[in-house]
Order: sequence, then C-alpha cells, then structure tokens
Amino acid sequence: MPAFPKAAHDAVNNPTLRGNLRHATHTIRDKRAAAVAELDDWAQLREAGKQIKDHTLRHLDRYLVQLEESVTAAGGTVHWAADADEANRIVADLVKATGETEVVKVKSMATQEIGLNEALEAEGIAAYETDLAELIVQLGKDRPSHILVPAIHRNRGEIRDIFAREMSEWGRAAPVGLTDNPADLADAARLHLRDKFLRAKVGVSGANFMVAETGTLVVVESEGNGRMCLTLPETLISVVGIEKVVPTWRDLEVFLQTLPRSSTAERMNPYTSMWTGTSEDDGPSDFHLVLLDNGRTDTLADEVGRQALRCIRCSACLNVCPVYERAGGHAYGSVYPGPIGAILSPQLRGTQSEVDASLPYASSLCGACYDVCPVAIDIPEVLVHLRERIAQGGPVTREGNKAVLKPAKGHAAERAAMRAARWAFGRPGALRAGQRLASRTRKLHPRTLPGPGKAWSATRDLPPVPAEPFRDWWQRTDGGKKSDGDKKTDGVRKTDGVTKDGK
Amino acid sequence: MSSRDRILGRVRRALADVPPDDTSYEQAVDRSYLRVHGDLDVEQTVDLLAENLADYRAIVRRCTEDELARTIAAMLAARGAATVLAPPGLDPAWLSATDVVQVPDRADSTPHDLDRIDSVVTACAVAIAETGTIVLDAGPGQGRRRVTLVPDHHICVVRVPDQVVSSLPEALERLDPTRPSTWISGPSATSDIELDRVEGVHGPRTLEVVLVSDPPGVAA
Repeated sequence: MPAFPKAAHDAVNNPTLRGNLRHATHTIRDKRAAAVAELDDWAQLREAGKQIKDHTLRHLDRYLVQLEESVTAAGGTVHWAADADEANRIVADLVKATGETEVVKVKSMATQEIGLNEALEAEGIAAYETDLAELIVQLGKDRPSHILVPAIHRNRGEIRDIFAREMSEWGRAAPVGLTDNPADLADAARLHLRDKFLRAKVGVSGANFMVAETGTLVVVESEGNGRMCLTLPETLISVVGIEKVVPTWRDLEVFLQTLPRSSTAERMNPYTSMWTGTSEDDGPSDFHLVLLDNGRTDTLADEVGRQALRCIRCSACLNVCPVYERAGGHAYGSVYPGPIGAILSPQLRGTQSEVDASLPYASSLCGACYDVCPVAIDIPEVLVHLRERIAQGGPVTREGNKAVLKPAKGHAAERAAMRAARWAFGRPGALRAGQRLASRTRKLHPRTLPGPGKAWSATRDLPPVPAEPFRDWWQRTDGGKKSDGDKKTDGVRKTDGVTKDGK
Repeated sequence: MSSRDRILGRVRRALADVPPDDTSYEQAVDRSYLRVHGDLDVEQTVDLLAENLADYRAIVRRCTEDELARTIAAMLAARGAATVLAPPGLDPAWLSATDVVQVPDRADSTPHDLDRIDSVVTACAVAIAETGTIVLDAGPGQGRRRVTLVPDHHICVVRVPDQVVSSLPEALERLDPTRPSTWISGPSATSDIELDRVEGVHGPRTLEVVLVSDPPGVAA
C-alpha cells in the first residue's frame, strides 16, 4: 500500500466516489445526531461506556481468564491466537476437522484484519461473506471502504452490474433482467445467499461484546445473515479481539444503547443475538472462541494510545471526518479506515511501513471524531502522540518486546533544518550575518522552494524577508525611540505591530 | 510457552503502570445515566411500544385475550399461509381458530424443512417500549432461535402490560444470560445500498406483533 497522500490522490479526483461518499456520510451523520438527541443522558452513557472499557483494559488479564472459564463452563472451547497467522491456522484446522470445505461468514472486522478468507482459500476452504455489503465487496473483488457499510463507495448501478456479472460464478445466478432498484438487488442477494445458509455446516463470526461474568457473546446486526450463521450451522467459530470483553451482563445496558444510535442512527438495530456456550438442540452443537491478540497487547502497552482499544466499531467517526469524506476508506490502506483507523492501524501493525507511518497525518485534527465517539476516545490526542513518535522516535512495544523506534526517514530534512537552526541561534554573530545576507538578497529569492519543499510552497506563499533584520532596526532606532531616518520599514514590519513612529 | 501464557504475559507487562490497588469495578463506573427515559404510566408505555414497533415497519395489532385466536387466524388467512410452525409450549388456544396446517418445531428438522414453512407464531420473553424491541429467549412458546428466522412471516404475541418494560436496562434485568436470546426490532433490514432502507434481506420480511391484554374487568 502506498502512503495515505498518494493513495488519497486518486480518490479525491474521482467525482463518482466523492459523490457516493458525500451522500452517505451526510445522510448518516444527520440521522445519528437525531437518534442521540432522543436520549437525555447521552453524556452520562458515553462516560459510563468509557469507564467500563477503561477499567476492563486496565485489568484485561483478569477478565480474559474469567471469560475463558465462563465460556468453557457453558460448553464452548477457547483458543488463544497471538497473531494473524496463528488465528488463521486455528480456524482452518477447526474447519478441516469438520470435514467441510465451505463456511458462511458474518461480517467481522477481526477476520478481515487477519485476512481469514484468503488464508482459508489457500487451504482449499471457501469462505462466503453473507452481509449484503460484504457480498458486494467480495463479488466485486474489491476491498471494504467503511466499517459499517463496506460498499458505501458503490452506487446502485455499479452493484447491479457486479451481481449480474459475478453471482453465477459463486452459486445461484442473479435473476435475468435485474434492475438497480435496491429492493430488487436485496432480493437477488437473499436468493443467492439462502442456498448457502441452508446447507452450511460451519459458521464463522466475530462478536461485538463478550461478557466475562457469564461467557455470553453478542452480535449486533441488521439483516439476519448474522442470525443465520450463528444458529443454522453445526459448528460456530468466533474470532474476537481480546479488547471486546466487558466485565458484566449489566454493562451491556450501556453499549446496547450507544452502539446502534452511533452506528446506524437507530434506537436499536433490527437483530441482536446473544449466546452463552452451546444450548441443547438450539444452534451449533460445537462452539469455538478464538481470542485474538495481533498487536492489541502492544497497543495496550502505550498509555496514551491504549484508549484506541475502547473502540466499539460504530464508525461514527468516519461519517463526520472531512478527510474520510473526501479520501474514502481505501486510501487508509487498512481494514480500519477513517479517524479510528488512523490511530488503530499504526498501533496494531507498527509504523514501519510507509502507509502506517503516514496514517497519523491523515487528519486535520478538527476534533469532530472525538465529539461523536460513544466511548470518548480522544482521537486527536492519539494522532498527535503518534506523530511525535514517528517524527522523533521513542520507546514502543512490538510483539510483546520493548524496542526503541528510530525517527522516520521522511522527517530527515525537517530534523536537519532544526539542527541548523539550533546551531545558528547559539551563535549570534552567525545569525546576524545570515539575516543581513537574507535581507540584502531578498529580491533574488525564488517564489517557490526547490526539491522536497516544492509541494509545500505550491499551495502557500513563502513568508517575505524584511528589508532590514529586526535586531538591526532595534539598534538603529533604539527600539523605535529615535527617528527611522532614511530606512523605511516595510509592510511586513507594520503587520508585526511595529509602526514607523514606534507607538 | 503456550499462546495463552504469551498473551496473558504481554497483557501483564503492558499494564505495569496500573497499581495493584487500582479502583475496583464497583467504583470505576459512574452509573448516573437514566434507568428509564421519560415518565410514562403503564398504558403510555404500551402505546410507546406500539408506536416504536410500527416506526420500524413491524405491523402492530392489539386485541384482548378472548379475541386472540380469531386475530391470529385472520392474520394467517390474510397472508395466505398454508403451514404454520408452533413451538413447544405455545398455548394451543392461540391456534384454535385457524385451520392452517400446524407444524411442530423439531430438533431434527433441517433448515430446508423450515424454509418451506409459511409462518411462525411465537410468544416472547420481554418487550422494550423505548426501542420497539421484542426479545425471545427460547422459553416456552418461543422455539429454537432459527424458527423465527427462516420462515418469511413471524407473528409474535406480547402480553401487555406484564411483558412490557420501558427500557433496555430493565429488559436485561429480566433476562437469564445462560439462555440464548434474540432481540428483534422490526423486520430484517439493510441500508447497504446507497443507505436506502430495504426490509427483509435474510430474516422474515414481515413481522407482525400482537399486543394482547386481558379483557376489561378480569384481574390479571
């Protein structure tokens, strides 16, 4: 993946994409504001959600052990996966043990993060996405561009074309003469996927919450594809990030109020499924929970960045972000786009790659993301913290080991300039000589900077150099008490607040 | 070292800044948010449930206990249903007025069998007025989770006012976490295509909720 500015470049110049994104983000942000306004205690719910998550993260070891005990007692099996490869291997082995070669999937960020579909494919197992938007993405051989509505960048015409072209490759073909009416498109997806649901023996999901006290897992959805995958197969495998645990059953009262309103702007999403281990004659007889680290413990080790693990994946921050609205989700080069992606991805993956080092800069720091976040993640604070880390280097934790990060390469020129400035400010004589030289040659200065500074000066005026250095003027006029004489101050001097008569 | 030990070890090292006497769970969370939004009496709460259910495109009917069988029969007839699934523990009186073929909910029936059934009638565990949600917990008359999912038409009977609560916190209090639960707020819906809401992608496309009350003058 290229760095964000490069990746965003094409998106920003694509009017269809920008139109689709603008329509979607504005629609949903207005609806969200109305849904949130219905609750008089939103601020208190937000604070409670933050406190529950913070407390859980501060005692994560204890709650994970408790969760493991509860799930096991309820008839489930718990697996631990330190990274993506291990999680993929566990899931592939579990699927192979059933003798099946296909699985149905509930939309899940965790399984996207680890590239599960591709890993299963390499093992000869077909993984079918069953969320309508994920189906559009999968059939279109595309990548998701939004956490909640992954096909937000596609309009109805594009979706019709994808269905008509691709559905027959994967199973039941799209009806002849399929229109671009959303209801017809949804119906085509219903028929196509129902074939798969009814014969599926293995389901794979994530979870929105896991309750340590009871071992209950919660999946929040709209379409019913989640319920299909969670209840029809004989084997259910849930891959869940370790940060998704909450201590008690009661804690759900906070998140089930804040999550739907923040994400889809609804009082409640159409379907929520909760299950605790296995139930006799109801749902899967075999339940496996794969607890995923994959960079989460490294994130936890950073006292400022840790708060990103509070995220409940509502995607409200994407919909209010002026950068996301224009660049779209693909430019972030990660399954977590938008403001939350800009702080989560570089922490989960480290900042070694070009794209991860650029993500903390993919923001205007306007703070709208913090305002809407239902668990009050101070995204701008973490962005600035990560920028500092990238520019200056510093201690980090990678795969559980402490390391010291070197300053990023791209910042070498800036650091060289700072070193030169430090040298000059420490030598008044050299500074004065340099300032005088700059003043006398000011007519010769170029309007734009050469080399790497070119992009900077392409969109800004270079600050003009005054005709006389300030210190010379001060000395000559005794701080403005004496007449200026022949030397006229220029416009720049005046805008600095020092006028001809020195008042 | 197992991955379990490795991950727990990393977590503990990552939390070196957390003091051993850190704030307890009980004190860490400020629960000053509201238990219930608004100040509605019982009748108004039921009205709010009906309003919010309808707002999410569920079809809401109200009747008394002695009208229930006839109401359900009329709904099945209007739908043109040939078969109706009756979960174990469903009050037989509810289906006493319909001549639609009744199919029992059996553990060994396949998803394909369920797909051939036209309608399902169930009870519920609790209903939440503020959000327009009905909750099923596989208790008597509610059946396995899949029976309210695969058939395209779901009729759910809610006893009012005793099965109705105002808010989500009140509902959680009434539920047993060890039972699987399904929370339903309106029929299946998607907004994945240009954020246009379309009902019924995978779950039942029609959800009808019957709010049944005791006839006037009869004590509950």
